[in-house]
Amino acid sequence: MKVKKPTVANPSKARTGIEGFDEITHGGLPRGRTTLVEGGPGSGKTIMALQTLVNGARYDNEPGIFVAFEESSERILANAGKFGWDLAELQKKKLFFLDAQPVADVFQSGSFDLIGMLAALEAKMRQIKARRIVFDAIDVVLALLNDPLAERREVYRLHEWLLAHGLTAIITAKIGGPESRGVNQPHLGFMQFMVDCAVILNHEVAHGVSQRNVRVVKYRGSAFAENESPFLIDDGGLEVTGARGLSRVEVTVTAERVSTGVPRLDVMLGGGYYRGAGILITGFPGTAKSTLSGAFAEAACQRGERTLFVSFDSDANEVVRNLASVNIRLERFVKKGLLRLVSARTISGSSEIHLMRIKNFAEEHGARCVVIDPVSALSKAGNEGTAYSVAERLIDWTKAEGITLLCTSLLDDAAPHEEGTSLQISTLADTWIHLNYLVHAGERNRSLSIIKSRGTGHSNQVRELVLSDKGVTLADAYTAGGEVLMGTLRWEKERAVLAARVESEAAKKLKQATVASEEALLEVRLKAVQLELEVKRAEKEMLTRSTAVRTDELASGKTHLGELRGVDEK
Amino acid sequence: MSKPPLFKFRLYVAGDGPHSTQARANLTALCRELLPERHEIEVVDVLRDPQRALTDGVMLTPLLVKLSPAPIRKITGSLSQREPLLQALGLPA
Repeated sequence: MKVKKPTVANPSKARTGIEGFDEITHGGLPRGRTTLVEGGPGSGKTIMALQTLVNGARYDNEPGIFVAFEESSERILANAGKFGWDLAELQKKKLFFLDAQPVADVFQSGSFDLIGMLAALEAKMRQIKARRIVFDAIDVVLALLNDPLAERREVYRLHEWLLAHGLTAIITAKIGGPESRGVNQPHLGFMQFMVDCAVILNHEVAHGVSQRNVRVVKYRGSAFAENESPFLIDDGGLEVTGARGLSRVEVTVTAERVSTGVPRLDVMLGGGYYRGAGILITGFPGTAKSTLSGAFAEAACQRGERTLFVSFDSDANEVVRNLASVNIRLERFVKKGLLRLVSARTISGSSEIHLMRIKNFAEEHGARCVVIDPVSALSKAGNEGTAYSVAERLIDWTKAEGITLLCTSLLDDAAPHEEGTSLQISTLADTWIHLNYLVHAGERNRSLSIIKSRGTGHSNQVRELVLSDKGVTLADAYTAGGEVLMGTLRWEKERAVLAARVESEAAKKLKQATVASEEALLEVRLKAVQLELEVKRAEKEMLTRSTAVRTDELASGKTHLGELRGVDEK
Repeated sequence: MSKPPLFKFRLYVAGDGPHSTQARANLTALCRELLPERHEIEVVDVLRDPQRALTDGVMLTPLLVKLSPAPIRKITGSLSQREPLLQALGLPA
């Protein structure tokens, strides 16, 4: 049994210790005053009253008296036994049950009053120093009076008595089903005016799903949350979903990024999801929503963060097995205790109950990351009305706790073209990733696009999501002629591009070789010409030289000849 | 004819409240009229002895208990309605 201590103890209020209710009433019931709790049969009036009494006795040292007009105290005790309130121990000193059921064999002659009971209660009150008191099903005894004036008189008497003794009191009273509401119950209207606080418990069944709500109708001298707050009765008693005051959501904003589990997606998101963000992944069945959730969970566990994975669709063990086929191995983290899997299929009940259970699981596990697959299951079966507020509170709660929440949502088959969700959670989510099929050229391929991501520059491109036994990755989607190519077409395109590249490489090489050969040829020619030139030059030189020699020789020949001829010097 | 039985009554009252005062007067008058010399009345004031109200389970006041003759009968109210009272006490109307 959890009791949250209010941060500032309010002396004018008596805590009920019922989680959420003290929040709605900003601290509890008016101390020393009377509270009327109305509701139909089975709406939880008795439990709420008894729980307030028990918590007062257990935690605030305020002994209490329970006056049972309808059920015998034995039956009430037996019914409350399962809540673990330690009633037997409390009854020794701090809790007293007075059986005040009208006995069937009592005859009636003339009018009577409740003075006898009040005298008896006064004796008991002094004995155990009671501070709180419950009158359960006051309508039963008032009906006996069978006279509106007498009813009013006795209610006054009771009220005066309570005020005189400064008791914090709860009076419960039945209101009939919707058909008889407000009819033949004059004392109720009157009591509502008289008391300082009035609370209505409501139990409805919408499309076969039970919905319980509590609403504070009035509270003299105090502010309170006016809306209906859903509650549930579980093994600790009543649990009310708290009020959603503006002050409550104190989010510590962080710029820290957490991996999506898919490296390329991290890049697309500029580093990953924000820590503490609400992430929504929408898509049709089979678009790998669960796979992306699994990748996120695996990445979280790899960082050593405790993670809760709530699966509504399939058995948690099946999820682990199926994810293993795309190399997302979660089993090791389950064994380590890092990852807690919950198959929510087994939990029946309203979305409120789901939310509360999820919260309890997450708190128990100390989860930093929570995956809900799919969150759209919350809006199933008659929960449409409340599911939105549930989604809202889910996100508020995770933000306040700094938990990174990843929800998947199945798109409505009836409106497949709307990229929205029945929960309208998309408006609340920080990052919204949409998965789709692209059917083209006889193939169905998965595509991924980021519809929004608050506070993050993100890629506007549609990518192909590729699943293989090596894992999950994204592939660039080719756009050709305004159309996105995926699957085989993408492959073909990739091949074609590759081939073209190879071809142009070859062409380049060929060109290079040709040019080189031409260059070489020219160089060779240049060399040849140079050589030729040299030859010519040599030739020319030789020619010049031979002419000179001949001239010399001629000259010297003449001399020689002259000598020979004995020619005298000139 | 056997001796008519003795009627033993216990009347729980709450001080001098109007219903209690009426009940006292009505019971006395009835006994005087129908059960002269064969009745006993014990009056318990729960305001003076609240523990008694607790142990005897007296929630509504006034409360008349016919202890004898058997069967034990409980009648609540100011005893101003004669017919149901006589019926409860087993007395001829």
